[in-house]
Amino acid sequence: MEAALGLMRRMPPKHSETALSALLSLLPHHSSDLLSQVDQPLQILCDVESGKEFILCEYNRDADSYRSPWSNKYHPLLVDGPYPSPELRKLEIEANEVFSIYRDQYYEGGISSVYMWEDDNESFVACFLIKKDGSKTAQGRRGYLEEGAWDAIHVIEVGPEEEGIAHYCLTSTIMLSLTTDNESSGTFNLSGSIRRQMNMDLATEEGHLCNMGKMIEEMEGKLRNSLDQVYFGKTKEMVCTLRPPSEVVMRLPDS
Amino acid sequence: MAEEVELSDKQKKEIAKWFLLNSPAGEIQYVAKDLKSVLDDDQVYNESVSEAFPVYNKSHVICLPMPHRSGDVLVTSYGELEKNKYLDPRTAQVATVDHVKQVCTEVRPASDEELSSPYIEEFRFALDAEILKYVGEAYPKGVCSVYCANGKDVEEPGSDFELVVVISATRLSPQNFCNGSWRSIWNIEFKDDAQVLELKGKLQVGAHYFEEGNVQLDAKHECHDSTIFQSPDDSAISIATIIRHHETEYLTSLEASYSNLPDNTFKDLRRKLPVTRTLFPWHNTSQFSLTREITKELGIEK
Repeated sequence: MEAALGLMRRMPPKHSETALSALLSLLPHHSSDLLSQVDQPLQILCDVESGKEFILCEYNRDADSYRSPWSNKYHPLLVDGPYPSPELRKLEIEANEVFSIYRDQYYEGGISSVYMWEDDNESFVACFLIKKDGSKTAQGRRGYLEEGAWDAIHVIEVGPEEEGIAHYCLTSTIMLSLTTDNESSGTFNLSGSIRRQMNMDLATEEGHLCNMGKMIEEMEGKLRNSLDQVYFGKTKEMVCTLRPPSEVVMRLPDS
Repeated sequence: MAEEVELSDKQKKEIAKWFLLNSPAGEIQYVAKDLKSVLDDDQVYNESVSEAFPVYNKSHVICLPMPHRSGDVLVTSYGELEKNKYLDPRTAQVATVDHVKQVCTEVRPASDEELSSPYIEEFRFALDAEILKYVGEAYPKGVCSVYCANGKDVEEPGSDFELVVVISATRLSPQNFCNGSWRSIWNIEFKDDAQVLELKGKLQVGAHYFEEGNVQLDAKHECHDSTIFQSPDDSAISIATIIRHHETEYLTSLEASYSNLPDNTFKDLRRKLPVTRTLFPWHNTSQFSLTREITKELGIEK
């Protein structure tokens, strides 16, 4: 397993889906470990009842069916799949509604889904998912990207409420790939995946959704920033170490 | 996907080779080590590495020091004479390479049949000197070589021939969680009847940053140019000038791609701030359900 995860850390993130299915076929007896430890690009399905698309993940799956957050039904239909309690389902409906507005404001498109389920110790876990295809043939409004994929997975464990305070543990993963392609600069692809955790104790007077949402918003901002500034920046630094640009400055008087 | 269908050894080998060939610059040994324990099958492992390493080494144009401090040899298909034997035209030596260990085990002087004719060698030698000068200035860790890809036995003017410039720069810095490589391959066709040189360049740059994450750059570019057929020395100077020009321009365009990221390219995936330019009003989300209901009632839902 350790070696399998090692391979995933080295393969180009844009090929993570191929890499994961290759590992699954080599290590069939580790499939559940692999599926739970390796994040893969999110898949979508269309809710036959509402006509809206929803995101598939391990948390809305039972056997080969996935529960839609819109109709609360399993696709394909499943007789006795697990459901959240009516109370939690109410929060789930609200979260899906609010989160899709949040998603629209930051992503100008994309698909989002929120799933919640009861935990053993009087608390619950929520999973917020966003998938955006930013390529110019999809929802890239500015048309810069030949190919552009963003997948965000936020899993947040909410502890039991004690004296008006609850503990929140958020684990977020972002996977992305972007490619530009033009005559003068050829194809330019950056792909990556990073995962971070954030823990907070927050007063629950404004509700769980408000607390979870703020944490996710902060985390997404941080991750986007560190991908942009740190991770992409480091690969640029590497390019400039291989072939320092100072020559451009030196040659300017000639041209 | 998770169904237990036993893979054939051939399928396992194909998968193993896929992993090896997709290794970032300088990381194939680590990938091989992990793969060995995932496969848990020495025969499949050995066959996979012996097939994948030569392909990887050549496509990454790895550079190996030759024994007795006799310089470096580039592993590239342009210098490949036979299995595991690579010509270093500058020192006129043939290096034997152990692909899986990625070392050069022995060298011998090249035979006359393996080298270019004196006529071609004049062009090759002059170009090598110019490229060496350019690479020395432009790439702190660059290695280069000039091969004759076609017409190495041409003895005198009157026939076409082709030289290839290969430039490879690799920087491995695992302690800083970063590896990268730059490879350029320039094919130069010397067209005798038209008295022109046709240049075709393939540039490829890769970088991997992996501190608490996995981010990779994969950039490729192709360019064309041409110039007039001159004496060996003059041809060498104009070829080197053209290569320098295109590679400098390419670096500038790479930098431009990077500087376009924050405000343009990346924005099509996710904005830094919402369209409203203020943080999302999580404390006041009831307004949304209200507006939703109104739009629903009015039947103006999106």
